[in-house]
Amino acid sequence: MQVTFRIRRYNPEVAGKDKPYWQEFTLDDVEPTDRVLELLHRIKWEQDGTLALRRSCAHGVCGSDAMRINGVNRLACKVLMKDVGTKIQVEPILGLPVLKDLIVDMEPFFEHYRSVMPYFVNDDPPPADGRERLQSQEDREKFDDTTKCILCACCTTSCPSFWANGEYVGPAAIVQAHRFIFDTRDQAAKERLDILSAPNGVWRCRTIFNCTPACPREIEVTRALGEVKLAIRKGSPEGVIKV
Amino acid sequence: MPTHQFDAIIVGAGGAGLMAALYASKGGANVAVVSKLYPTRSHTGAAQGGIGAALGNLEEDKPIWHAYDTVKGGDYLADQNAAMVLAENAIDAVIELEHMGLPFDRTPDGRISQRRFGGHTSNFGEKAVPRACHAADRTGHMILQTLYQQCIKQQVRFFDEFHVVDLIMNDGKTAGVIAVELSTGQLHVFHAKAVMFATGGWGRVWSVTSNAHSLTGDGAAIALRRGIPMQDMEFFQFHPTGIYKMGILITEGVRGEGGVLLNRHGERFMEKYAPNIKDLASRDVVSRAIYLEVREGNGINGKPYVYLDIRPETVNRYFAEAGDSRRIDREYVEKKLPDILDFCRTYLGVDPVKEPMPVQPTAHYAMGGIPTNVNAEVVIDADWTVAPGLYAAGEVACVSVHGANRLGTNSLVDLIVFGRRGGMAIADYVKQADFVPLPDNPTAEIEAELERLRNSKGKTKPYEIRQQMQELMMANVGVFRTEELLQGAVDGLKELRERYRTDLIVEDGGMQFNTDLLEAWELGCMLDLAEVTALSALNRKESRGAHSREDYKQRDDENWMVHTLAYREGSDDDPSYRLDTSKKVDLSLAEEDERFKPKERVY
Ligand SMILES: Cc1cc2nc3c(=O)[nH]c(=O)nc-3n(C[C@H](O)[C@H](O)[C@H](O)COP(=O)(O)OP(=O)(O)OC[C@H]3O[C@@H](n4cnc5c(N)ncnc54)[C@H](O)[C@@H]3O)c2cc1C
Ligand code: FES
Repeated sequence: MQVTFRIRRYNPEVAGKDKPYWQEFTLDDVEPTDRVLELLHRIKWEQDGTLALRRSCAHGVCGSDAMRINGVNRLACKVLMKDVGTKIQVEPILGLPVLKDLIVDMEPFFEHYRSVMPYFVNDDPPPADGRERLQSQEDREKFDDTTKCILCACCTTSCPSFWANGEYVGPAAIVQAHRFIFDTRDQAAKERLDILSAPNGVWRCRTIFNCTPACPREIEVTRALGEVKLAIRKGSPEGVIKV
Repeated sequence: MPTHQFDAIIVGAGGAGLMAALYASKGGANVAVVSKLYPTRSHTGAAQGGIGAALGNLEEDKPIWHAYDTVKGGDYLADQNAAMVLAENAIDAVIELEHMGLPFDRTPDGRISQRRFGGHTSNFGEKAVPRACHAADRTGHMILQTLYQQCIKQQVRFFDEFHVVDLIMNDGKTAGVIAVELSTGQLHVFHAKAVMFATGGWGRVWSVTSNAHSLTGDGAAIALRRGIPMQDMEFFQFHPTGIYKMGILITEGVRGEGGVLLNRHGERFMEKYAPNIKDLASRDVVSRAIYLEVREGNGINGKPYVYLDIRPETVNRYFAEAGDSRRIDREYVEKKLPDILDFCRTYLGVDPVKEPMPVQPTAHYAMGGIPTNVNAEVVIDADWTVAPGLYAAGEVACVSVHGANRLGTNSLVDLIVFGRRGGMAIADYVKQADFVPLPDNPTAEIEAELERLRNSKGKTKPYEIRQQMQELMMANVGVFRTEELLQGAVDGLKELRERYRTDLIVEDGGMQFNTDLLEAWELGCMLDLAEVTALSALNRKESRGAHSREDYKQRDDENWMVHTLAYREGSDDDPSYRLDTSKKVDLSLAEEDERFKPKERVY
């Protein structure tokens, strides 16, 4: 099967390519089950070595290759040709500065991530028997969904509130905070809720819902954000999530 | 030239590198982690099934049993002292991860949940024991996330998207590393008292692999080029259950939860090959069984794959037959193996709850690598001479705890246990060591090499050489090997190396994010490691663990209870390799306990 690609290119080092432009490529012998990432590789390897993109795992677990494919945020390694058709348009994710072709500057994204205390806090000494802290299966279940996040930025860069204001921490950072806020073993929920109730915190979310379908890990992002909002209103995560 | 100075540089931000960084930093060292990927992109995040530790949360378990399984699984090539360190430290390591917040699945009484895994048994091989601590089927993801989070908390310094391309040695002593900053293409010198390689494996040397595109063995190849030997390179694990053609891993946890392998007659063929623990035999055994089934015409539809079946009705039937009281249902499978179901539904359009999964062996794990002692210090000869200031941990290292075949769940333990020991050793070392002065113009050699590549104007594109190497290694240096196949590989690789050197074309002449150039450089690393692998395999005239020679079918304990050390000699343009087989396997447990003596391996 023949497939045509339309790829958004940009290379600040080369005169004539230092303004974003579209370039078309044609590939033959494409199978419906080929991943878009494989096809981009074919373009890069067989036709144009200068094409720049990030990728690593090739099966949707490392979060490297978020891009806009036919207008929707996707991981290129997790979409098959048959899901997107024979005309495939690929561009960098929106809202972060483009550095070269499909590569964007991820630093602002990771800065937001780091701002929500994305780490476990519990200053009590661990159990005297030297073993694990106990947690019931029900309590573990409360934050299961948000532990799946791979920081690919598909959600954050699909969010109109983030496009409008890059200072907004964005859904990914809130999802990461959620994972700790609702972990019964953690002790810093209060601090995180304070951080997220600041002007560029969770209230920038207008419940537009773009984030949830954008998530390649099928995290219910909007719901997680809602739970954080509720916890802020109640002043505590307690009783917000019932399993 | 930007030059940075740190007590210690950790190259690589997977489980091993992050754990080492955390401990070196807690021990007071000024450390930086240099990684070609953002830390959370590391392939540790792809690990699925679990991390092994004899916690005994569900059934009685002991470190000595874990050590026994490790030694036996490794076909008696593992160093027994190291295997014991692994098994004993594992418990602590897993508990520590929990204290760092890792969200393990829980047992009904709130403890860390454990499942069965290949080769892990209680009471010296009696029966399968649940030892794999897990967070659904994304255990590695949770480990990677948790360690990265702790590094942020500890304010560890990161250089993300810096691609290390050389190790700086001065007079045999470690002085630092050189890295390309991907966003600018500029070379940076990192001057350090201690350097640790934690760069992971090199599964991309083979065409069907569970490994990420980035797993190209850079750290191992750099060390090799700087005079460090590679140990036991002939032992590369093929995991029995990769998705047919794609190689994406289907965790052994599927079989741990009761899944079975079936041939085209619907026969559970592992009953023939491992009557005792069947589908949970160790990986080399199962991979060979699949190859033999396919060879006998028992593959599905005449193709080189078999089925892995986790449908509740199949699993429960076999449970009932075996008098096992466990039963599973659809919800249970969804809960315990969500990512596996997702992979199969996404990539194959197969729903494993309703249909069996097509699987074939996939290149998975490097047992060999940079030789170290149990403190992650690199050792450069059969006498365990330490290279001052140089460390390695994780998949790139060869301690050796995995011997000729690694057991499932033992790599994640390896990362945590030896990453931690290495981090502590580094913290101690940098307190008393001085900086080794940088040699004059340390970047001259690598700069010349990169410029040569950047300006390559031959006819062969890197991917052509890469694909040919991968096919050649798959066909000739795979699950079954012979003299003829291995010699063919050695010859073929020489030819590919020649074309790489003289006829390559790199199209991107730029500086920023020049992935064309760096992929070409990575290909050079893989060609070197492929050659060392083929040569080491050709030299070992016996069958042991993952190294299965059809012309030398037996294990030969008389002559081959030794590690292979491969040294690179000659110039970079025309290297040759010297193999040393005088390093004896440590048998210290066997000296005290008969049960650790090498014997025939039956499962
Ligand atoms: C699909 C899959 C499932 C697995 N499941 C399990 C399991 O259930 N249990 C288990 O015990 N084991 C499992 N394994 C094995 C285990 O996950 C790996 O062996 C282990 O994660 C390797 O960790 P590492 O820290 O050594 O390296 P990695 O996690 O691979 O990290 C390598 C790091 O090195 C960096 N790097 C590499 N080259 C350079 C360079 N030139 N310059 C700078 N940085 C560089 C990378 O950026 C990366 O940060 C699995 C492996 C795979 C592939
Ligand atoms: S390459 Fe890892 S998520 Fe796509």
